[in-house]
Amino acid sequence: MFEAILLTVITASTPLVVAALGELVAERSGVLNLGVEGMMIMGAVFAFAATRYTGSPYIGILAGIAGGALFSLLFGFLTLTLVANQVATGLALTILGLGLSGQIGESFVGQPGIKLQPISIPLLSEIPFFGKVLFNQDLIFYLSVALIVGIHWFLFRSRTGLKLRAIGDNHGSAHALGIHVVRMRYLAVMFGGACAGLAGAQLSLVYTPQWVENMSAGRGWIALALVVFASWRPRRVLAGGYLFGAVTIGQLHAQAFGIGVPTQLLSALPYAATIVVLIIISHNRRTTLINTPASLGKPFVPDR
Amino acid sequence: MRIELEKRPRVSGLFSVVSPLLALALTLAFGALMFSLLGKDPMDALYSFFVEPLLEVWSLHELAIKAAPLILIAVGLSVCFRSNNWNIGAEGQFTMGAIAGSILPVMNPEWHSPMILPLMLVMGMIGGALYAGIPALLKTRFNTNEILTSLMLVYIAQLYLDWLTRGPWRDPQGYNFPQTKAFVTEAVLPEILASGRAHWAFIFAILAAIAVWFMMRFMLKGFEVSVLGQSERAGRFAGFSARRMVWFSMLLSGALAGLAGISEVSGSIGHLQPIISPGYGFTAIIVAFLGRLNPLGIIAAGLVLALTYLGGEAAQLSIGISDKVARVFQGLLLFFVLSCDTLIHYRIRLIFAGAKPEARG
Amino acid sequence: MKKLIIALAASAALLGGLATGASAQDKTKVCFIYVGSKTDGGWTQAHDIGRQELQKALGEKIETPFLESVPEGPDAERAIERMARSGCALIFTTSFGFMDATIKVAEKFPDIKFEHATGFKAAPNVATYNSRFYEGRYIQGQIAAKMSKKGLAGYIASFPIPEVVMGINAFELGAKSINPDFKLKVVWANTWFDPGKEADAAKALIDQGVDILTQHTDTTAPMQVAAERGILAFGQASDMIAAGPKTQLTAIVDTWGAYYIKRTNALLDGTWKSEQIWDGLKDGILTMAPYTNMPDDVKAMAEETEAKIKSGELHPFTGPINKQDGSAWLAAGEKPEDGVLLGMNFYVEGVDDKLPQ
Repeated sequence: MFEAILLTVITASTPLVVAALGELVAERSGVLNLGVEGMMIMGAVFAFAATRYTGSPYIGILAGIAGGALFSLLFGFLTLTLVANQVATGLALTILGLGLSGQIGESFVGQPGIKLQPISIPLLSEIPFFGKVLFNQDLIFYLSVALIVGIHWFLFRSRTGLKLRAIGDNHGSAHALGIHVVRMRYLAVMFGGACAGLAGAQLSLVYTPQWVENMSAGRGWIALALVVFASWRPRRVLAGGYLFGAVTIGQLHAQAFGIGVPTQLLSALPYAATIVVLIIISHNRRTTLINTPASLGKPFVPDR
Repeated sequence: MRIELEKRPRVSGLFSVVSPLLALALTLAFGALMFSLLGKDPMDALYSFFVEPLLEVWSLHELAIKAAPLILIAVGLSVCFRSNNWNIGAEGQFTMGAIAGSILPVMNPEWHSPMILPLMLVMGMIGGALYAGIPALLKTRFNTNEILTSLMLVYIAQLYLDWLTRGPWRDPQGYNFPQTKAFVTEAVLPEILASGRAHWAFIFAILAAIAVWFMMRFMLKGFEVSVLGQSERAGRFAGFSARRMVWFSMLLSGALAGLAGISEVSGSIGHLQPIISPGYGFTAIIVAFLGRLNPLGIIAAGLVLALTYLGGEAAQLSIGISDKVARVFQGLLLFFVLSCDTLIHYRIRLIFAGAKPEARG
Repeated sequence: MKKLIIALAASAALLGGLATGASAQDKTKVCFIYVGSKTDGGWTQAHDIGRQELQKALGEKIETPFLESVPEGPDAERAIERMARSGCALIFTTSFGFMDATIKVAEKFPDIKFEHATGFKAAPNVATYNSRFYEGRYIQGQIAAKMSKKGLAGYIASFPIPEVVMGINAFELGAKSINPDFKLKVVWANTWFDPGKEADAAKALIDQGVDILTQHTDTTAPMQVAAERGILAFGQASDMIAAGPKTQLTAIVDTWGAYYIKRTNALLDGTWKSEQIWDGLKDGILTMAPYTNMPDDVKAMAEETEAKIKSGELHPFTGPINKQDGSAWLAAGEKPEDGVLLGMNFYVEGVDDKLPQ
């Protein structure tokens, strides 16, 4: 039973982790995009539509990524080119995404979806317990793990990553050093959109292979919270995402087990737990300050 | 082709006025295109969106009802945002204000006294302020990021309300349905005029906006808000405390959100129920920025946003536009307003490939 | 700047050219207000299908405008008032949360008729209507008891309101009429509509050993999970067979159309009056989806029970019935008043859950 619960937790946590990782990169470059929910739902509807028309969930994944990335360009154009306020633009992006996806997906409601099948990795998947849980998963799960490793390497080991962080910390000096601030930020925002789109694809292809309006049901907001929770460190996104997933699933099991606690209290647990962990992490002032992108949310216009 | 921005030496007075009109024009043009693509008469659609809700007195009342909580919350948030405190949990403070303000009418359903309403409003403000005090405390004491804590607290407040209205506060005569007893007449916020439903919340909203505008414009506290918001270091040199500002702005915005919450419950709903807000606390963030964080601008922004909700309904009914299209249209309007505001601070230049200046940006 | 002026001129022309559109109509307007999206695949979609059937049946005589995704609370009151003012003659408000708003608007417009779904407040121009979903739940319980190898089913519930509690009890009573030791596990998802969470709840129940799943939430996600895990399940609100061709045993299908046609005809005839209607299987307000994925004898039993409920021979809540703690509720042969059912806030014996209070 433990194995089955773990599998459920992984499915519930993967979209949170993936979307949060994308947002993390965007925020490291100094851009706060509150439109994750909107990009995620666009990814979900694009992925579902493409899978339906082509029959291949892999094309669906690509479409989800493309949908999220394209949609994020709208945000990029407003906040980076026209330096509109990021908080307001992000919220507007969510409103637009929820409406647009509902309109696009209207004819897909009630249509059976195609589930992305797991890929079992030879040999590794035969390891008792861990094999089934970790090496017999779908592509998006593997991608989420690769993303964590990749983003960690990129941010802390690569030259471009260093530039990205420099922009996030102080775009003025980064610009003076000759780094293309706006171009890098566009790429970071699109990466964030692509990841949110991938997370959306996970929703409509793996988690619940179907399309219904508003199916992201607030998961984009949780992803946003996770980034801050992780104090902008990729590996902590993983920990946070799985903690959140585990508490959510755990409360359902507690109920099925017949533990008579008010359900609202159980539902509130993940949020309360996030706050508590956050307090513990941020108590150490120094580490938080080191990791927080100082230019986060601030507009940048190169002076000429 | 590239787009380049050039900072204007000072804020353009002309474009402060023209930019919203330009945004409106663009929205109308785009909207007309979108509606005709959907096979609807664009004139009819735009008419029912922007004009129909303004033609009847009852509908103007409804506009005030819808705008009141948005304005009240956004005015408080503008002080937060200007001082660099990112309170995005107004929805939770709204909920807690509604709960705290409802204690009296729910626990003492037989208490008929003219005192009850003022007490409810004060308790609502205290409830909202205390709830906003949590992220303030965590930020000042543990340096915890307020974006996250205030957002998490929204969910907790909503679940708490859910539990109250399904559990201990449920009306015993209500067939077990999740709502409290209806408030007694003395506990209901009165209507302003006899001609419609608009109640005192709208007056509160206008008063709050004017008061905060006055503070920001003419009082030292307003100066303190702006200085600390632009640079904490500069603020320190001026002898201002960023820590105290966290408390001030959070408590103020929490109190206003709480006031909005209890006013909504008392004036518009008449009892407490599991869901009391269609996301006012989040929409108010947009309102705050649409109003350029200026309390008087926020009044206009709140009314415009409220109009798009009412217009969306009118368009659904009269020409059968789906609510999704209405939301897309709302999103478009927001995007155009936000992008046109760029013109106030910047000149926009289109640079064509041939005429490339020194390549730096 | 030139462009700007052109744009402004265009928009001025646009505003100037707007005509007041409303043309005179003699069609009767029958209006609907929905809490969700009309394509939510569940509750609201069922009402919208009913509306479409109504439109089809009465064709040229009526118009059926609707408002979707209206939040419960002050927005509902405004939306209903807008309908009343737009000339609707009959307004169906299709969510419990619209109750007070319906009553308030109805007071202002005594000449307009209102019908509120699932509520309990009526007025001279406000009728209420509801469906005896529990009749279908009882049949499902019987099927579950026949088909479950473990004698244990899982129930994904939304919110602990009487409607839902009544359904859980009816299911358990149906099951116990076949297998007296049948147990029912309940998980409260605290949502009507969140495919992810519903799927998680389904997985949790399956992992705890249930081999039949039923739901009182709106999406097909639990059905999909059941199909994947190879257990059987019941659909809710609409026929969910597409999501589980080898999984769905039957589904309670909300078929409001018959009711909407009946009431609109009454309005057109001038015979409409305020009633508190609680229709059941016999009136066609709910229907059982085809009995599938079960042996013929189980199917025959289900059909027989359905017929008995329709004829009035069988009332699912017939004593002796004990409450969850074992205390007596109904004596042998006793049937509860409708009011008692509509306010139900306790479990019957055999439900393995503590009712959230």
